[in-house]
Amino acid sequence: MTPPTATVSRAVPEARLDGLLAPAGPPRRAGALAASATFGWRAMLKIKHDPKQLTDVIAIPVVFTVLFTYIFGGALGGTPGHYLKTLLPGTLVMGVTACTMYGGARLAQDVTTGVFDRFRSLSVWRGALVLGSLLGDAGRYLLAAAIVVILGVVIGYRPGGGPQGMVAAVALVIAFGLSLSWLWAAVALLVRDPATVMNLGLALVIPPTFASNIFVQPRSMPGWLQAFVAINPISHLADAARDLMNNTGGAGGAVAWSLIAIAAITLVFAPLAIRLYGRQG
Amino acid sequence: MKSGNGRAGASLAIEAHGLVKAYGKDRALDGIDLRVGRGQVFGFLGPNGAGKTTTIRVLATLARPDGGTARVLGFDVVSGAAEIRARVAVTGQFASLDDDLTGYENLVVFGRLRGLSRAASKQRADELLAAFGLTGAAGRPVRAYSGGMRRRLDIGASLIVTPDLLFLDEPTTGMDPRSQIQVWDLVRQIAAAGTTVLLTTQYLEEADQLAGQIAVIDHGRIVAEGTSAQLKAQVGAGTLHIRLLDGQQRSKARAVLAGTLEGAVRMDGDPLALSVLLASPTGATDVGRLIGHAMTRLSDARVAVAEVSLGQPSLHEAFLAFTGNPPGPAATDHEDTYS
Repeated sequence: MTPPTATVSRAVPEARLDGLLAPAGPPRRAGALAASATFGWRAMLKIKHDPKQLTDVIAIPVVFTVLFTYIFGGALGGTPGHYLKTLLPGTLVMGVTACTMYGGARLAQDVTTGVFDRFRSLSVWRGALVLGSLLGDAGRYLLAAAIVVILGVVIGYRPGGGPQGMVAAVALVIAFGLSLSWLWAAVALLVRDPATVMNLGLALVIPPTFASNIFVQPRSMPGWLQAFVAINPISHLADAARDLMNNTGGAGGAVAWSLIAIAAITLVFAPLAIRLYGRQG
Repeated sequence: MKSGNGRAGASLAIEAHGLVKAYGKDRALDGIDLRVGRGQVFGFLGPNGAGKTTTIRVLATLARPDGGTARVLGFDVVSGAAEIRARVAVTGQFASLDDDLTGYENLVVFGRLRGLSRAASKQRADELLAAFGLTGAAGRPVRAYSGGMRRRLDIGASLIVTPDLLFLDEPTTGMDPRSQIQVWDLVRQIAAAGTTVLLTTQYLEEADQLAGQIAVIDHGRIVAEGTSAQLKAQVGAGTLHIRLLDGQQRSKARAVLAGTLEGAVRMDGDPLALSVLLASPTGATDVGRLIGHAMTRLSDARVAVAEVSLGQPSLHEAFLAFTGNPPGPAATDHEDTYS
C-alpha cells in the first residue's frame, strides 16, 4: 500500500454522517412475514432486472406442447385434437415441474456470494429467505402455467371442466411445484453450487416426467416401469389435472393422492431447508 | 457514548477466551483471547489467511466456535446469537450486497429486514444515499459500482439502524488512496457517534490511523497487542534507504551509519545502496533529527549521497519484529474463500 498523503486528504469530498447516526434504541426485529415478503420482493426485482432468466420457463412448455401434439398426437391419440385432451394437462404438470429447480439454483447462487452472509447476520426468521424465494417461484410457475393453458386453447384444446376446473388444476400444479421448491432449496443449501443444482434438477426431474402417464399410457411399458409410473406422484398429478380440466369425474382419488404428495414433500423438505439455512459454518 | 443496549454490566463490547475454530485439520483460530472496550475502534491486523475473517465470523454468529467462549455486547455467541444479531452489523469482503439490485433497492431491502416500515426504509435509503454521495447512482445496479462506491454503500447498509458494534472486514483492501481516506473518515465518524468498531486490515498504516488498540494475528494466534505507539516501539521506525554516487564508498558509508544510527545496516543487492532498519528513537528525539545527523556525518566523511528515503515499517517488518518470522503462507485455505 502506498501511504496516502495529507494533500490528498484535503481534496476528498467527504461523506457527512451528521445527524444520521442516531443512538440505537432498543433493537427492533422484522417480523417473519415482513421479512419473507421482503425476500419475495427481492426475487421479483431480480426477475425484473434480468427478464432473460424466464427464457426456459417460457420455452419448455411451448416446445413440449407443440412438439408432442403434432409429432406424436396422431399416432398416440388418433388425432392431435383428441390427444390434446390427455396431453395438455400433462404439459401443464411438466412445464411447471421442469422449472422448479431454478429457484434452488438462484438460492445456491446467493450462497456463493457475500450477500448470503449479510442476510444471515441479521436477526430475521431463518425460513424467510427460502419462503421469499418461493414467492418468486410462484410467479414463475404461474407464468409457465398460463403459457400452457393459453397455447392449448389456441391450438384447439377445449376444457370440459370450464374455467373453474382450469383454475383448480393450475392451483394444484403450482402447489406441487412449490413443494418441489422446498426440495430444491434444501439441495441448494446442501451442495452450495448453482450448476450442481441445475444438473441434479435436470437429472431428477426429466426422467420421472417421461416415466409417467403424461405423454403415453403405460400399457406398452415393461412391468417394472409400469410399477414406477403407478407410484410416480407426477402420474397422479397429471391424472388429477386431467380430471379437473376435462371434468371427467373420478378426480377425488388422483387429487387426494396429489395433495398427500404435496404435503409429504413439503413436510420433509421445508424444515430441512430452514435447518440448513441456519446451519453455522 | 451509549450504554445499556446490551446486557446490564457488560462493560466490554467483545470478550473472548481461547477461541478455537478448526476446518478439518486446519486450526483457523488457535486460541484467541480478546477484550474490546465499548466505544473503541479496535484494529485486527494480520496477513491473508491469518484468521481475521474467521474471528469476525465467529463473533458475528456466522460460524460456531469449536472451543473457547466469546461474549459480544454481553451475550454469548452460541446461546445469545439472536440478541447479538439484532445489535451488530457486519460489512466486508464476505458480507456484501446484492449485485443484481440497485443501490436504492439494496438499502430498502436491508431496511425492511432491520424491522423498519416500508416508508421508513425508503426514507432511510434516500438519506443514506445522499450522505454517502450516491444519490446519482441510486438507480444503477450495484454490479456497475466502482470499488469505492460499493464499499460506501456497503457501510451505509450497516448504518440503516445504528449498530452498537460494527464489524468491518478489510474495508479498504484494493482501494485507491482517495477512496481509502473517505472510508477512514467514515469510520472515525461512526466511532465518534459511539459505535464500537472492530476493523480487520492487512495494513499497519490503516490500523495506526484508525484504531486505538491493535491486536496482531498470525496463524490463528494473537502475536502482539497494544496501542499503535506500543507496537511501533517494537517494530521500529522504518527502513532508511540510501543510494550513493560511488559504490566504492559503500563500506565507508556503512561504518559511518553503524556509528550514528541504532539499527542493523544492510548492504543490498544494488551495489550503490544501503539500508538501515531503524530502531524507534527514545525520548524526545525524532527520526528526522537522527537521519539529519547521519547525513551530516556522511557528508563530513566525504561520502556522496545520491538518494535518501525513509520507508514506513511494512507489515512484513512488523511480523519480523513480533514473531521473528515473516508472515507465513495462508494458515488456512478456507479463509481464502471469504477474502
